Amino acid sequence: MSVLIYAESWDGSFRKSTFEAISYANEVSKLLDTDLVAISFGNESKQELEKLAKYGATKIITSDIIHKGDSEATTEFISKNINDVNIIVFASSYTSKMIGPRLGAKLKAGIASNVIALPTSTDPIQVQRKSFSSKAIENIEIHSEIAIITLAPNAFEIIENSKNCQIEKVESVKEGNITINGQEVSNGKVSLAEAEIIVSAGRGMKGPENWNLIEELADVLFAATACSKPVSDIGWRPHSEHVGQTGKAVAPNLYIAIGISGAIQHLAGVNSSKVMVAINSDAEAPFFKAADYGIVGDAFEIVPKLIEEIKKIK
Amino acid sequence: MNIVVCISSVPDTTAKINFVDNDSKFDENGVQFVINPYDEFGLTKAILLKEKHGGKIIAITVGEQKVEPVIRKALAIGADEAIRINHTPKDSYTTAYHIAEYLKSNSYDLIITGRESIDYNGGAVGGMVAEFLSLPFINACNGLNFSDGIAQITREIDGGKEKLSAKLPLIIGGQKGLVQESELRIPNMRGIMQARTKPLSIIEPSNIETLSTSVKFEKPAEKGACKLVSSDNVGELVSLLQNEAKVI
Repeated sequence: MSVLIYAESWDGSFRKSTFEAISYANEVSKLLDTDLVAISFGNESKQELEKLAKYGATKIITSDIIHKGDSEATTEFISKNINDVNIIVFASSYTSKMIGPRLGAKLKAGIASNVIALPTSTDPIQVQRKSFSSKAIENIEIHSEIAIITLAPNAFEIIENSKNCQIEKVESVKEGNITINGQEVSNGKVSLAEAEIIVSAGRGMKGPENWNLIEELADVLFAATACSKPVSDIGWRPHSEHVGQTGKAVAPNLYIAIGISGAIQHLAGVNSSKVMVAINSDAEAPFFKAADYGIVGDAFEIVPKLIEEIKKIK
Repeated sequence: MNIVVCISSVPDTTAKINFVDNDSKFDENGVQFVINPYDEFGLTKAILLKEKHGGKIIAITVGEQKVEPVIRKALAIGADEAIRINHTPKDSYTTAYHIAEYLKSNSYDLIITGRESIDYNGGAVGGMVAEFLSLPFINACNGLNFSDGIAQITREIDGGKEKLSAKLPLIIGGQKGLVQESELRIPNMRGIMQARTKPLSIIEPSNIETLSTSVKFEKPAEKGACKLVSSDNVGELVSLLQNEAKVI
């Protein structure tokens, strides 16, 4: 019996989300009293792979690089290297959302996605997951032999638990029926999925030319920027920044909403944030009902002051 | 080109979310059901592709008779025919299995699902159908075009996008960006009239067991009241975030 964790890397390096997921997987392996095995295929160095042992992995299976966009190959690779596994854990990522379901169908394994806590029962596995766009928490029971758990973003903390581990390099698999033609990635920006602080703005900003204020505030807070649906619909900001029910669901420690009224669809995507701040000129804006802190006033006056005040403490 | 669009009937985005039967089932009382927004992006993309390349759009859903208004709406918007697999969806595995079983004996070139449904947010049906049918699968797809019969695809990745290409048949999990919000179609009177006579076939499902069960739903804890800070004292907000909330 063992717990398997897919350790995802980006350009050969693991990220916070990988360490959160492996910490979670390690706690699950303790509950089941089994080993924790990590699997990766991102061309990580030995030194990088050894970091996984810090969080409880006793064995790491790796191979030559397999492209994360090729879900046929990645799924085949993981399924080929499953030995006596009861639970497979994934972090929340674009890659896991392609592999997890494929693997579920291939292995006849039930899936719980958006999982927010450790299993409340292990036989059968029962976990809590976010459902109805975070408006409900669902207790789901998986009764297949293998269970797949995909975590919600920022749902679990990193816990160190050093173990001795062995690295085993295995054969790769053949490519799937897809060609990868290249990536466009904007470097240096904090990604929304992993951001601890998000500065988000809405139509209250009056136009795209005023977003330098939002970006400056994000810079001083080392935050990611986001926006409301109307703002991405009219093209002031890219769709990739739209958070809400039909955009991205985020769960940062701090979500600052500037000039966003707080429609129910927007709140559905952000209400897992630990702390929410609303800045809005309309005292009746629904966001004030959801927020922990608020300032009623003109964003164009408040945001520059906020930037100055934060600079003082940083 | 035969385009299959998977449609899920979901509560409207403004619906009140409550549960009945000991908090084990969603309370449908007074709730309006709509086409899952991600599936609507997919249906609109199918219509745009059909207008450019010709072909047929088949809308497929898994659900009881009560989902028919939603599938009729898909027909009114532009699907040519509809399939309803007469099964109450219980988990992603059985839903995907039924869709795949139907498609195994029918022709298709492109299958479009939404990235996830906005009710249970499982996000697993597309990938599972792909595996059952051994097809390439691109999730979080935000761009799709064809040149010389090859699909040119973009998908969202962390901090950017990736370009891929694949031969048909193929399955995508669509999201915003696949079409623009302004391209969404509202059914017109002619479409609604035509939808009444377009074919809607009901398929009886085979017997298959679920792999997971919803045991109970809970509502997240209510937030406390919002602490308002005066606009003349922005420093106080920073101090609260630093010392009370401890988030900066």
